[in-house]
Amino acid sequence: MTPTTTKTRRPLATPPVAASPFPYNPGSLLSVYDLTLEALSHLLARATALENQDPLIRARILAKRRIALLFYESSTRTRTSFELAAKGLGADTTLVSDKSSSIEKGESLKDTGLTLRALGAEAIIIRHPNSGAAWQLEAETRLPVLNAGDGMHEHPTQALLDLRTILAHLRPGVEEITPETLAGVTVSITGDILHSRVARSNMLLLPRLGARVILCGPPALLPEVAAQAGPGIEIERDFEAVLRQSQVMMMLRIQAERLAGLQLDLDEYKAVYQLTGQRLAAFAPTAVVLHPGPIIRGLELTAGVADGPQSSILEQVRNGVAIRMAVVERALSANQGGRA
Amino acid sequence: MTALVIRGGHLIDPAGGVDALKDILLRDGRVAEIAGPGKLKHTEDAEVLDATGLTVAPGLIDLHVHLREPGQGYKETIATGTAAAAAGGFTSVAAMPNTTPVNDSPETTRWMQAPERGAVVRVFPIAAATRGSKGEAINDYAALKAAGAVAVSDDGLPILKDNIMREALAAAARMGLTVIQHAEDTRLTHIGDKVASMNVGPTAFKLGLRGWPNEAESVIVERDIRLTHELRELRPHLHVAHISTAAAIAAVRQARRNGLRVTCEVTPHHFLLTDEHVGLYDTNAKMCPPLRSAADRDALIEALLDGVVDAIATDHAPHAVHEKEVEFERAPNGIIGLETALGLSLRWLHHEWKMPLGRVLNLLSAQPAALLGLKGRGTLAVGSYADAVIFDPKAEWTYHTREGKSKSRNTPFDGFAMQGRVRWTISEGRIAYDSAL
Repeated sequence: MTPTTTKTRRPLATPPVAASPFPYNPGSLLSVYDLTLEALSHLLARATALENQDPLIRARILAKRRIALLFYESSTRTRTSFELAAKGLGADTTLVSDKSSSIEKGESLKDTGLTLRALGAEAIIIRHPNSGAAWQLEAETRLPVLNAGDGMHEHPTQALLDLRTILAHLRPGVEEITPETLAGVTVSITGDILHSRVARSNMLLLPRLGARVILCGPPALLPEVAAQAGPGIEIERDFEAVLRQSQVMMMLRIQAERLAGLQLDLDEYKAVYQLTGQRLAAFAPTAVVLHPGPIIRGLELTAGVADGPQSSILEQVRNGVAIRMAVVERALSANQGGRA
Repeated sequence: MTALVIRGGHLIDPAGGVDALKDILLRDGRVAEIAGPGKLKHTEDAEVLDATGLTVAPGLIDLHVHLREPGQGYKETIATGTAAAAAGGFTSVAAMPNTTPVNDSPETTRWMQAPERGAVVRVFPIAAATRGSKGEAINDYAALKAAGAVAVSDDGLPILKDNIMREALAAAARMGLTVIQHAEDTRLTHIGDKVASMNVGPTAFKLGLRGWPNEAESVIVERDIRLTHELRELRPHLHVAHISTAAAIAAVRQARRNGLRVTCEVTPHHFLLTDEHVGLYDTNAKMCPPLRSAADRDALIEALLDGVVDAIATDHAPHAVHEKEVEFERAPNGIIGLETALGLSLRWLHHEWKMPLGRVLNLLSAQPAALLGLKGRGTLAVGSYADAVIFDPKAEWTYHTREGKSKSRNTPFDGFAMQGRVRWTISEGRIAYDSAL
C-alpha cells in the first residue's frame, strides 16, 4: 500500500463542535455570555428601578416564591447580597451549605439539586469550588440557576455589579448598553488572574461594551494564554505601565485556597504588584479602584488605598444587592434576555 | 465443531494480499479454504452466511481496552465488554491490568481468560508491569507470559522512575514482551492536591480548568525512547499507548528512523476531536490523555496517513452513569469506544480523508496483531484463526449509545454519523455477533 504523502495535503474536514444547549432555562444566569447587550440594558435598568422602589411594594414582586441558596464555599458578600436581594423581592429563601447538610454525607450535586427542586425551590443560586458546577446543576434540574461563582470559571453577577460601578463613575446616566458604551475606557485587572472567576467574567463581558481589558500579574498567576480568552484582552506585566493606562484598576486577592502547592514569594509580589498610595498618586490619580473582596489589606493593596478616595470597593458591595435583585427577578420571570 | 461458509463477500485481507470476491470456509476455528465464488469444496455440512455486497475482513484487534473485571463489574464485565467488542467487529481485545485487584499475577491473568467469564471474543490480558502498578518493583514477566499475558503495562499510570522503566524494558525484551507505556509525567499533571482535567490551552483557561501540558506526555516518550536506545542490544519493544501530541509523534518518528522498535497507537477520539469538544463541561469528553488542540489532532491525522501510527486502539474505558454525572473535575477519566471505532474510522479516515480501506483495516487488525505477537490473527490466510468481521462498507448509520452492548454509556460520539455497519463478527469460527439478532 502506498502511504499518502502529506506534502499535497488538503485541509481536512473534522467533526464540528456542537452548539451549546445551555442555558436550558431562560431565567438562568450561568455566564456573562447568557446576556445580550439588550438584556444587559434591561437588567441594569431594573437594578436601578428596584433599588429605588418602595420596599413594601418591591416585596410583592416575588412574594412567597421559593429560592434556594446552595453554597459549597464560604462567602460573605455574594451570599448575603443574594439573600437580601431575594428577600427584598418578597421571596422565601433557604440556605444549604456543604457543611451541616447531607452534602457532608456524600450526597451528589445532582441529588442535592433534585432534592431542592422537590422541596419547591423555583430557582437555585449556587456557589461551588468546581468550575462548571452551575452548568451541571442546571442540566440536572432545568431550574433557573444563578451562578454565584463556580471554581475558577465565572462569577457573572460580580461582573454585572462591577459594570454598574464602572458606569456610575465613567458613564453616569447611560441607559442603553451598546458595543461602544465603554469605548476608550481601559480596565485593568491585576493579581491572581489564573484562579479568578471574577477576572474571567469581567474580561469576557467588558470588551463587548468596547472596553479594553489589560491583565497584569506574574506568569505563575497570569499565563500568556489568558490573552486568547476573548477579543479585547491584553497582557501587560509592568504594573506602572498598567496604572498609567487604566481608568479602572481592578485588584484581585491571591487565592491561597486554589494555589495547589504553587509557591509564591509574597514579599516579591508586593514589591511589584501592590497598589499603594504612592503608585496611585503618581500614575493613576483619577482611576477608580475596584476589588471584588475579600480584600487582604497590606497584600494586593494598602489599607490607605482601600479606604482612600479613589476606592469604590464598598460601592461595589452596595451595587451587588441591586444587581442581584434584578437577576433574581429575571430568573423567575421567564423569557427575558437570551443568549449573546 | 461446526463449519461455516462465508459466501459471496469481498475479502479484504491486506496481510494475506487478497482483495477480491472470495468464498471462505471456516472449520474447527480456523480458515480451512478460500476460493473464488462458488468454488469451495467440502462445504456439505457447513452453515452458510450470505455476504453478498459485504466486505469480509480479518476480525479487528483492539490492543487497549478496559474490561473492568475483576472487581469493577458495575462498569463492565468481560462478558458485556466482549459483547460490545463483537458488535464493533473486534475478535480480539487486549485487556489492561488496572482492575481491582490490579492484574499483576498469573492467577488473575488466567482468571480473566477462564471460560466462566463468558467472553464472546478472545481476551488477551496485558499484565501490570510493576507490582500493583505502583511503579516500584517489576513483576515476574516469565510467569505472567506463561499465564497468557501478551504485554506489560501500568496503564492509567506511567512507569515513572527511570531505573524501573529500564528494568521493565530489559526484562520484557528477554521475554519477547512489549512494554506499553501510559506516557504521563504525573509531576506535571498533578499539582498539589489538584489534578489537571483537560488539555492546557485557551479552552482550559476559559473554562477555569487546570491544564494537562503536552510536555507531560512528550517528556516520558522521549525518556522511554532514550532508554530503548540504551538497551538496543536487547531489542526492547516500547509501545506508546494513546499518543496524543505532535511532540510525542515527532519523537516516535525519529526513534523509528534510528531503527528502534518503538510503536504507537492512536484512539479515534484523539484523531477526531479537540479540547473544544469538551463544550461546557461534558464529562463524556474527559479522558486521559485529554482531547488536544487542533494542531495536535492534525498531527495525529498526518501521522496516521503517513504510516507513523501503527494501530488504532479504543482505550475503551467504561464508567457507570453516576460516576460521570458529577462535577467535571471530579469525573473519572475515560470513554467507551469498542462499538464506534470501525464506524468512525471508515467515516473519517477512509471516506473523508481517503485512506485506502485496506490500510484502515490494517491499523485495526494486522498491525496490532503483529505488535502484540498474536500469531495467526490479523489475517484470514488459510490456517489462521477463523476471526472475521463481515460488514457493509457503504452503510451509513447513526450511533445511539443507548442501543450499545457495553454496560456503560460514557462516550462523546452519541448521535455521530458512522460508516460501515457490522453484519456478523466471527470469533474462532463461532458467530459472536449477528446484527439480525
